[in-house]
Amino acid sequence: MNMHIKVTTDDKDRALLAAIQDGLPLCERPFAEIGKVTNMSEEQVIARIEHMRQQGIISRFGLVLQHRPLGYRANAMVVWNVPDQEVDEAAKIITAHDFVTLCYCRARRAPVWQFNLYCMIHGQQRSIVEQQIETIKSAGLAPYPSKTLFSLRRFKQTGARFSTTPENERRLG
Amino acid sequence: MNDITFDDLDRKIINALQGGFPVSDDPFGEVASWFDTDRENIISRIKALLDNGALSRFGPLFNSERMGGAVTLAALKVPNDRFEEVTKLVNAHREVAHNYARTHELNMWFVLATETPDQIARVIEKIEAETGLHVFNCPKEQEYFIGLRLEI
Repeated sequence: MNMHIKVTTDDKDRALLAAIQDGLPLCERPFAEIGKVTNMSEEQVIARIEHMRQQGIISRFGLVLQHRPLGYRANAMVVWNVPDQEVDEAAKIITAHDFVTLCYCRARRAPVWQFNLYCMIHGQQRSIVEQQIETIKSAGLAPYPSKTLFSLRRFKQTGARFSTTPENERRLG
Repeated sequence: MNDITFDDLDRKIINALQGGFPVSDDPFGEVASWFDTDRENIISRIKALLDNGALSRFGPLFNSERMGGAVTLAALKVPNDRFEEVTKLVNAHREVAHNYARTHELNMWFVLATETPDQIARVIEKIEAETGLHVFNCPKEQEYFIGLRLEI
């Protein structure tokens, strides 16, 4: 699925997204509750949410964890400088490891930042994460210059926000 | 920050619901049936996990790019004695989705999520003007894997 293709949403979809973005009501029939706020039936709410999930607008529906209080404190961003024509192959090696939680190729910012291939590893102990990084290197990434950036502190973790009134917010902003 | 303790059922709920939540007329009842308990118990446990900070949210994650929005990862080289001040300036922007201090000369890394691609440049300009620091913008060129899901 190409994530850069924009899909269409109508006013009802947007109203629905705004109503659920801070979380689902914790009650017996949460989607009926959402329907009351958005003037839709429970069936309509469920059908639209399912549709947005299939289209990839809602990428996941469920719980979002706070890593740190749950003991996931060793959060490493590992970066490599891989020649452009070898990036796909290198990413394949990285993502074959089940402890890797994210993998992206990003623009370099030379000369300060030469790295283009990123992966994240969330672990409970730094020593284990360091071993996991060694495992990736021995699997084929060793030839490429790399750096590991552990997170020291988290300042904000809210996830992407969604607004029904971008025009107004833009004016205010 | 103290670690939060929970029992086996909490653990099972967390592990199962990271992968998804039923969209149906009785979703909590459906979840309860997986674990041989009742709906009220599931609801009260999710509520408790939100209250004690184990969960940040219970609901949808959006792919804002699919809706015409844009996302990028950006970094700053912040002088140590300005860290608190710069953190406040950066986090004051509602487009900043998360922000981490990291072990590198580029020591602050944050994600920007905006409703249109051109807003990324505008937020970056503002942050540069407010902080007097250069923002290293590292937009995504290719996504290979997103599977952020932690077993607890």
